[in-house]
Amino acid sequence: MPSCPEIAFLPELVLLLGALVVFVITLGEGRVQQARTAALLTSVGAIIACVVCLGQEATLFSGAYRVDQFSQVLKLVFACGFALILLLSGNLQDIREDIKPEYFLFLTLSVSGLAMLVSCVDIITLVIALEVSAFPLYFLVAMRREREGQKSQMESAIKYIMFGVAANGVMFFGMSYLFGLTGTTSLTEILPRLQPMIHSPLAITGLALTFCGLYYKLAVFPFHFWTPDVYQGASNETAGLVASLPKIGAVAVLVRFVSLASPDNHTVAIMLAFLAVASMFYGNLIALMQKDFKRLLGFSGIAHAGYALIGFVALDQFGYTAALYYIIGYLLMVLACFVVICKVSTDGTNVAIEDLAGLHKRSPLLAVTLIVGVFALAGIPPFVGFMGKLTLLSAALSKGYLFLVVTAVINAAIAVYYYLCVVREACFRDPGDRPPIRLDWATRALCVLLIAGILGLGIAPARVLNTLSSSVANLNAPASAAAVANTAR
Amino acid sequence: MTAPSPNESSHLLSVLIFSPLAAAAVAALIRSERLLRLWTLAFTTAIALFSLQLWSRFDPKTADFQFPEFSRWVPALGTNYAVGIDGISLLLVLLTTLIMPLCVLASWRYIQTRVKEFMICLLIMETAMVGVFCAMDFILFFVFWEAMLIPMALLIGVWGGPRKIYAALKFFIYTMFGSMLLLVAIIALRLQVGSFSIPDMMGRNYSPTFQIWVFLAFFISFAIKVPMFPFHTWLPAAHVEAPTAGSVLLASILLKMGTYGFLRFSLPITPYATAYFTPYVLWLSVAAILYGGLTALAQTDLKKLVAYSSVAHMGFATLGIFALNELGIQGAVLVMVNHGVTTGALFIIVGIIYERLHTRDLSEAAGIGRTMPIFALFAGVFALSSLAFPGTNSFIGEFMVMSGGFLLAKTNPTFIGMMICVVPGVVLAAAYMLRMLQKVAYGGTRNPDHSQVHDLGLREILTLAPLLVLVFWIGLHPEPLTRVLDASVKHLLDQAHQVHSKTTYAILP
Repeated sequence: MPSCPEIAFLPELVLLLGALVVFVITLGEGRVQQARTAALLTSVGAIIACVVCLGQEATLFSGAYRVDQFSQVLKLVFACGFALILLLSGNLQDIREDIKPEYFLFLTLSVSGLAMLVSCVDIITLVIALEVSAFPLYFLVAMRREREGQKSQMESAIKYIMFGVAANGVMFFGMSYLFGLTGTTSLTEILPRLQPMIHSPLAITGLALTFCGLYYKLAVFPFHFWTPDVYQGASNETAGLVASLPKIGAVAVLVRFVSLASPDNHTVAIMLAFLAVASMFYGNLIALMQKDFKRLLGFSGIAHAGYALIGFVALDQFGYTAALYYIIGYLLMVLACFVVICKVSTDGTNVAIEDLAGLHKRSPLLAVTLIVGVFALAGIPPFVGFMGKLTLLSAALSKGYLFLVVTAVINAAIAVYYYLCVVREACFRDPGDRPPIRLDWATRALCVLLIAGILGLGIAPARVLNTLSSSVANLNAPASAAAVANTAR
Repeated sequence: MTAPSPNESSHLLSVLIFSPLAAAAVAALIRSERLLRLWTLAFTTAIALFSLQLWSRFDPKTADFQFPEFSRWVPALGTNYAVGIDGISLLLVLLTTLIMPLCVLASWRYIQTRVKEFMICLLIMETAMVGVFCAMDFILFFVFWEAMLIPMALLIGVWGGPRKIYAALKFFIYTMFGSMLLLVAIIALRLQVGSFSIPDMMGRNYSPTFQIWVFLAFFISFAIKVPMFPFHTWLPAAHVEAPTAGSVLLASILLKMGTYGFLRFSLPITPYATAYFTPYVLWLSVAAILYGGLTALAQTDLKKLVAYSSVAHMGFATLGIFALNELGIQGAVLVMVNHGVTTGALFIIVGIIYERLHTRDLSEAAGIGRTMPIFALFAGVFALSSLAFPGTNSFIGEFMVMSGGFLLAKTNPTFIGMMICVVPGVVLAAAYMLRMLQKVAYGGTRNPDHSQVHDLGLREILTLAPLLVLVFWIGLHPEPLTRVLDASVKHLLDQAHQVHSKTTYAILP
């Protein structure tokens, strides 16, 4: 055990410090490049800090904030995702010129919020971290440039905020139930105190309402309404961010909350299963009709949230591991698609699926990235999407949810069609008069990293799964010093 | 799982599986198209020669999986990297490695655009195909099985004919749908057995209901791949639109995966359900033979003709498999190999015609044999082989399948009617093949002018010659093949009969 808990806090410190530096930079005029460099350095620093602190365990702020393997692993994921997103947001074509530096400020702030989120073991800190991660995103959506025929960003941002606030309200209401039942805001305390009455309607209602705020972030049916509009209204880079990192945060917190329910809690399991089925069908069926690539990814994101929920239905360690693994893989897969969107759209406008036509001639690397990303989303081996689905389905089937598994499989088959339509445009059609696409080094590096990640996580997931599994193992247990007292299970 | 054998420590199979991937990586760095073709040809030839080691080192006396390799892959899921081959997979692996260089040769001039990507797709296909036949772990199998879809769909969709996009999507969605059911069955089996190891899953006493569900999931997946009669509609589209090499791979290797799936999984893992469903599958096979034959008779597009003849031939393979006796299964494996050789060759023949005339229409190609005598010779031999002329390879296979079928009818008279229905199928094969041969070789009195068409070049002769040798070698001396199969097929039958010989046979029809 480390004697100096401040060291364990290093990744957050680096991120906050980075945010401060970017803030100072934004005070001047036209310092886009400096802001971006500072943010990139912050992300690299955060990755290093996360690696350094990987094995740390500590409890800070009177038990409200805990650094353990679970949080450290996820912080590393966030730091890496941050770096990837910075590589993605190259010159931010569709952000207003005068506020480009601020874009990086809000981006850094949001990531630092997420990094704190996974360490929170007290409802109060958790809510604060959740808001810190969410509010910058609302701004980012609204920061898209206005121009002819493009005014929907404000509507999207408003929609995003309204839904966010409403979902959070419901979540707070649920949390108040949990507090009322147990008399504490500390998750480690709630767990043992909730056990005697976990099957009471009040506890289940409290949990169900609490989940709602996270469903919203994850875009689970029926909290998905913002998704396609925000994807479409936000600039391409922002949509890439909204689609990836916050969802990992949502799954991580959901793991914490769902594990409050005991493994044999059928009501919670059925509820989750219902939402999973509804999300999968809704997302996949509507995605079949989409013409805009970002909207398509929005609906497919709803379906993928449904897949991720399958892991939660199992209500055990394996299921949570599967969900986390899947959503981490999803980060890479969806970013691979967004790289293509950002680069195909030369002036920052939205990309219709037809705009991908002939991509294999215009930019082979982007075409390969797209193929890998899209087929990974479709769940074709050897990519991570397949391994993820396999772990999810194994987890659900080992608890006997055959119906859910069959539904998921049917959905995967439906989804193949619209993913194939994307590939059809990119690989089987002629480019016509669409110009070739030149890629800068950052994009090339990003493409290669994403492809390697999607393949690597898909072919050799053993270590990642083990790490996630062991980190999920003692999630809401009281701090390690009092591990003996942990008899909740 | 396997008794120690002298081949224990070799990494032969892993080399076979993964070296094409490495070659693909090298190919990605080559710029010259000519060099790319040469590199792929040299490499696939080297792999083909290298794979002959398997043949010489294979021990035909045992039914164990040979050349085994094992290492941990994803312990959290209980899946491992396990490979090994028995007699059945040996033949299919060899077929794959031997067909590959011919595919490269056949696309030498046909493929002019995006040569690098084409060759990379071919090499990835080789990895996946060999992997499918070697995998001893169900997830590993599934990974290879699915990974094949992407390069194959690209082969059809990028380098294919006018309706390539439709064909590629149809192929992909059809196969994907089947595989998804397969995945559920795999996970369900794993929960019963506790591991994904294929040998571990065999010979267990699963409950009849469970077996029936698993069998159905397997069946739909494999029947789509074979393709069996009601599931065949993707095949003509894919075959017609695919480039020559794509058609050859589809016909020679990919279709075999369906029947291989029946042999490797359905029979040994779900013996009760196999026995339960045998009559239905047999009738579907007969339907495929008749339907394929009749439809082939009506085609004017050469590729469609060969494609529908595939449906009929694969009907023989499934008939032999579900006859559930030694003759039938050995015959079925031979039909699989022979179909790979003969139909592969026929697709190359059609490709040769297409390269010269830019049409596959039978009436446009009429009489082309008059100006192309060498071509006519090859076409004649392969057409005869396809209609199972005695002395050629297909005769042996189909004869054994028919004998197996009649053997079954002898023990179970309800199948006599079925076997009688098969007989017209054999005649149909002669009808459509001879019709094609007659048209192509001689034509009528008013043939289109082919005087400018030149005969086969050395490359094309080299492409077809190995297949010609195989046609006669298997046709006249099939004993080495059956010897290799013997132990494996016996073992397979033991497993397939094991359950219903004990208790449940009484309730069967």
